[in-house]
Amino acid sequence: MNAQRLRRLVRKEFIQIVRDPSAIAIAFVMPVVLLFLFGYGVSLDARHVPVAMVVDAPTAETGTFVGRLQQSPYFTPLPYPDIHAAQQAVMAHRADGILWLRNDFSRALLQGGPAPVGVQVNGVDANTARILEGYIQGAWENWLEQRALDQGTPLVVPVVPDTRIWFNPTVRSRDYLVPGLIAVIMTLIGGLLTALVVAREWERGTMEALMATPVTIGEILVGKLVPYFIMGMGGMGLTVALAVWLFAVPLVGSFWVLLVFSALFLLAALGMGLLISTVAHSQFVASQVAVIVTFLPAFILSGFIFDIHSMPAPIRIVTHVIAARYFVSILQTIFLAGDLWGILLTNGLALLLMAVIFLGLTWRRSHKRLD
Amino acid sequence: MFARIWGLVIKEFLSLLRDRKSRFVLIGPPLIQLLVFGYAASFDLNHLPYAVYNEDPGFASRDLLGRFQGSRNFEQVATLTHSREIAPLIDDRKALLVIHIGPHFTRDLLLHRPAPVQVIIDGRNSNTASVALNYVNGILLAFDGDWAAQAGWGNPPAQLVVRAWFNPNLLSRWFIVPGIIALLMLVVTLLVTGLSVAREREQGTFDQLLVTPMTPAEILVGKALPGLIIGGLEGGVISLVATLWFQVPFSGSVLALGIGMILYLLAAVGVGLMISSLAVTQQQGLLGVFLFLVPAIILSGFATPIANMPQPVQYLTLVDPVRYFLVILRGVFLEGDGIATLWPQYWPLALIAAFSMTAAAWLFRHRMA
Amino acid sequence: MAVPLQFLAVSKSFPRGRDRVQALQELELSLAPGTITGLLGPDGAGKTTLMRLATGLLLPDSGRVLVFGADTADAGSRIQDVIGYMPQRFGLYEDLTVQENLDLYADLQGLGREASRDRQQELLKLTALGPFGSRRAGALSGGMKQKLGLACALLRTPRLLLLDEPTVGVDPIARRELWEIVQGLRQEGTTVLMSTAYFDEAEQCDAVILLHEGRLLAQRSPQAFRAPLAGRTHLVRHDALSRRRLQESLRVRPGVLDARILAEGVRVLLREAAPPRAAGEHWQEATPAFEDAFVALLGAGAGAKPAEDPEPGGTPDSGLPPDGAQAPENVIEVRDLRRLFGNFEAVASIGFEVRKGQIFGLLGANGAGKTTTFRMLCGLLPPTSGSLQVAGMDMRHASVAAQARIGYVSQKFSLYGTLNSRQNLQFFASAYGLRGRRRTERLAWALREFQLEGYQDANADELPLGIKQRLALACALLHEPPILFLDEPTSGVDPLARREFWQRVNGLAERGVTVLVTTHFMDEAEYCDNLVLMSLGKVLAYGSPQEIRAQARTAEQPEPSMDDAFIRLVLDHESGLRRAS
Repeated sequence: MNAQRLRRLVRKEFIQIVRDPSAIAIAFVMPVVLLFLFGYGVSLDARHVPVAMVVDAPTAETGTFVGRLQQSPYFTPLPYPDIHAAQQAVMAHRADGILWLRNDFSRALLQGGPAPVGVQVNGVDANTARILEGYIQGAWENWLEQRALDQGTPLVVPVVPDTRIWFNPTVRSRDYLVPGLIAVIMTLIGGLLTALVVAREWERGTMEALMATPVTIGEILVGKLVPYFIMGMGGMGLTVALAVWLFAVPLVGSFWVLLVFSALFLLAALGMGLLISTVAHSQFVASQVAVIVTFLPAFILSGFIFDIHSMPAPIRIVTHVIAARYFVSILQTIFLAGDLWGILLTNGLALLLMAVIFLGLTWRRSHKRLD
Repeated sequence: MFARIWGLVIKEFLSLLRDRKSRFVLIGPPLIQLLVFGYAASFDLNHLPYAVYNEDPGFASRDLLGRFQGSRNFEQVATLTHSREIAPLIDDRKALLVIHIGPHFTRDLLLHRPAPVQVIIDGRNSNTASVALNYVNGILLAFDGDWAAQAGWGNPPAQLVVRAWFNPNLLSRWFIVPGIIALLMLVVTLLVTGLSVAREREQGTFDQLLVTPMTPAEILVGKALPGLIIGGLEGGVISLVATLWFQVPFSGSVLALGIGMILYLLAAVGVGLMISSLAVTQQQGLLGVFLFLVPAIILSGFATPIANMPQPVQYLTLVDPVRYFLVILRGVFLEGDGIATLWPQYWPLALIAAFSMTAAAWLFRHRMA
Repeated sequence: MAVPLQFLAVSKSFPRGRDRVQALQELELSLAPGTITGLLGPDGAGKTTLMRLATGLLLPDSGRVLVFGADTADAGSRIQDVIGYMPQRFGLYEDLTVQENLDLYADLQGLGREASRDRQQELLKLTALGPFGSRRAGALSGGMKQKLGLACALLRTPRLLLLDEPTVGVDPIARRELWEIVQGLRQEGTTVLMSTAYFDEAEQCDAVILLHEGRLLAQRSPQAFRAPLAGRTHLVRHDALSRRRLQESLRVRPGVLDARILAEGVRVLLREAAPPRAAGEHWQEATPAFEDAFVALLGAGAGAKPAEDPEPGGTPDSGLPPDGAQAPENVIEVRDLRRLFGNFEAVASIGFEVRKGQIFGLLGANGAGKTTTFRMLCGLLPPTSGSLQVAGMDMRHASVAAQARIGYVSQKFSLYGTLNSRQNLQFFASAYGLRGRRRTERLAWALREFQLEGYQDANADELPLGIKQRLALACALLHEPPILFLDEPTSGVDPLARREFWQRVNGLAERGVTVLVTTHFMDEAEYCDNLVLMSLGKVLAYGSPQEIRAQARTAEQPEPSMDDAFIRLVLDHESGLRRAS
């Protein structure tokens, strides 16, 4: 490595970046826009779910029940005169579920029950349906307890769950989605920044002129890596700042640890981009590959939104080649749980290994020859 | 005119498929990704790793824990003997939750007193935590019911009778797999169209094309058809795999799906061509593809419901073609929708297609490098 | 002193599809220190491969390449320390400024700060790029780019300088400047190997290497090349016939190897000394030039190749009179044409007209506004103001209808690289709306007429430039357009292919096709009936080649060549402007 040549290559790359607004856009505008959009847009916390209420025979009992639901922030109860109208509403996606108190509800209740409460949910979105079910169940238990208290006979249930949710006691989905989004966004940016930079030099003929000088392959690669690494870290800093200041995600762990592991991840992401670029030789194919291997795998297979543990074993093995997987785990841990070295080290090691493999392969695939 | 367009279509196909790398990229990954994502993308949890810290020697706790062991949603990974062991287990994600049963559990129950069970859960992934808690509650409720019946605690005054429409077992695969069809179709059409004009501009052949007597409209049609054909074929194949392999029920009308697919592809192709003719270089084209693709998917309601988004973001999703096609797909697959019920989804798609296609045709001539 | 460059029995082949193409075969050559050697040969002769082998960027399949005694196979970066290389496509970073490009290559070649600054000053002065130091390389004209590329290769005063077609696509002024720089290197002891398509450049080299199909045909001095031709070259004039007609008639006579149009008449190269005279002709013996030697060695069959030219493939030329000269109708009319890019006036109120069956030339220095004018004529770029009639139609409104009557060959022979030749032809046949029997006939005609049968299955990307040019022309002629637009159609193409190309164009013009052409080869301007000379967006001169040459006549240059005329007129105009501003 010759310091003078390297310095100049890095400088050249920077000038090119500054002159081509698209690189700046990728590194700084894209993460902000994406995180902003997704931080607000992506949420699994259902609020004000429209639920069709059908009360066949209104009484005081049904009144308290409906009153309970109306107080809850989770529902927007929509009254319907009969079950058919309610079913129609679900069909037309105006309501996500039906709560049906038949005309025998109050009578059964008076007779010591059990009085049936009909719940129908639209199961197409299974996750939301399940969440809705949980909400309704909670409201129902609440109502039972309140009613027992009112009647002076406290409700006694055999097993009382005492739930402690660690790291995210309010179960805000944003707190774990935002760190995950950072990983997805940085995968995109790392790949996009470098996927075309080598292929472009081949297509424009500058690679040939470069290679006829005494510069070495190592210098060319490092010269490409350093500027985009700095840009990527800038983008990373920006997203972390947004996550902490704008979305108020708690950063429990230390900033410096986050910095070190982000650097590791970025090396792996940039390495992948460089490898694509080197193998493809043409910008067209490099673009196609970049689109396919970055976004969707990072989105679906990283554990950012879909739990890796619940995937079938062969798919779990596949997720090990997705760098974002390790980074999601690292980010969620540092943000919400703190510097838990057991997790950080294993995942960090995997990232290091991936970076070494990608960069090593790139280095091996590049020769100072034209054939 | 048709001969001219057809000539262009054949040329587009040849330049996409003659290159071995490019051919593989278009055909291989969508199918592989469908299989991998189809299995991977699910909110259903199974084999949740949990640990037990049981201080109670009695039979009631054994009965309760037996119910967890019997559930396929849970998988016990450790048995603890001290509360010190809880933290490291959860910190390192070895276990998602720990069930802690105190020393007097059986005694309390026998004495007709409420017996607490402590559940400690890792909240880093709040959705997983919520769903897992739902499962835990389900098991506890069943235990309660049985215990109350056996020990004569009396019935609860009311009970919930829950029924899920369209997806009785609440399998989220039924929800996600049709969504993947929309995702992969979008990716493939954007790959085919998103760089096609920018690439010709960079290589100088676009001028050559403009100098022939082909009108911009003809060029538009010629450039759009390959995307439509490839996207349509892959959409069809993927839909078949979804029903035959992933066993997602198909209860609606094939025609309604067909119309939806064509409109969706037209919109996707239009956006792709618009990006492509706006871009001067392929790098810009790629950037444009990503800037559309990523938000279009994340804000489509594919994984997280649109209803959960804040109102301004919800307005933004109105221009997202994926949003409408997802409703069509899920409606046709699961809810048995026909053409009549899907009108509110068809016309926005048609509008997006018309707008983007017009813009692309205009840009062909008016965007000069 | 070690031999700067030596090839010992070097062979090199490349895969193409399933086969391998032999680029170089058993090549033996060596360069003498401190000389300038020209490398000539038809397209696909292996010139670029030879250059790349000399840089060590390619390794030979067999044999050895020695640079100052060191084998490229095991001394890669040591060799790259002593050579300078300028690839065909500049190798400049277009988004970097002139100064930044120089800095980059200075550092890559490991120059000290002091040494680099002095050398850069020197080179900037030499190339006259000094005032443009902060301009981006992409915004430079073609000639300036080439000079900058050369400056980058010269930063460290290489002991061996390899230039791959440094003068392609460069106007005569810039070409002259480049050549002066290269000649100046002799004094610094640098050995130069440059490939070129210009015979006047070859003429000034110390030695010339002639490659053909990967083999060395000859390596000697230009004089030695010319010597055997004494008495076989003549200049022929005719009292009545046009030069084009005369050339057509001479070309096919027995004993004639070659006939080409010059300012004064038609130059003929004979197989033997005895000329086959005809009535009305004046024959005058001329001194042989290097070009004659080249044709004699390589192009024995060149004159006879497009022999079926007069018969356009059996299809009747619909509506075209056999002799265009008698139809004075204007096919292209341009009046007060202007085009602004922002505030920059690329084309400033130009006007000219082209009659049917004429060959009309658009000449000018790089950046004179030729390409902009051309793009407006094709309907690719709307004019800012002015009127533009092509084939009787206003290009501003009826461009699609007019385009059906235009054939267009663009600067880079824009073909679809991943499609093979046949597929390219088929596509353009469809794009021009050919179908049924006519389509089959025209496709067969194109393959036959342009001798593309052997290249049908090769991807357009992999074709040698000369073949690519033939294919591009074939594509443009499929629909038998009455108007043909050629944008630098011979740039980078070897001399024989150029000659053959013009043969075809002449034949087309004879049959009434109107041809509009831009070119940097001033000898080609002689083929034109009329031409305009543009500079800085304005028309400097408009008329026949004779008239334009007459405008540049001075006391010290009573018989200026087109090259001289061009340089004189453009420089006068530009210096006049500079004085005025």
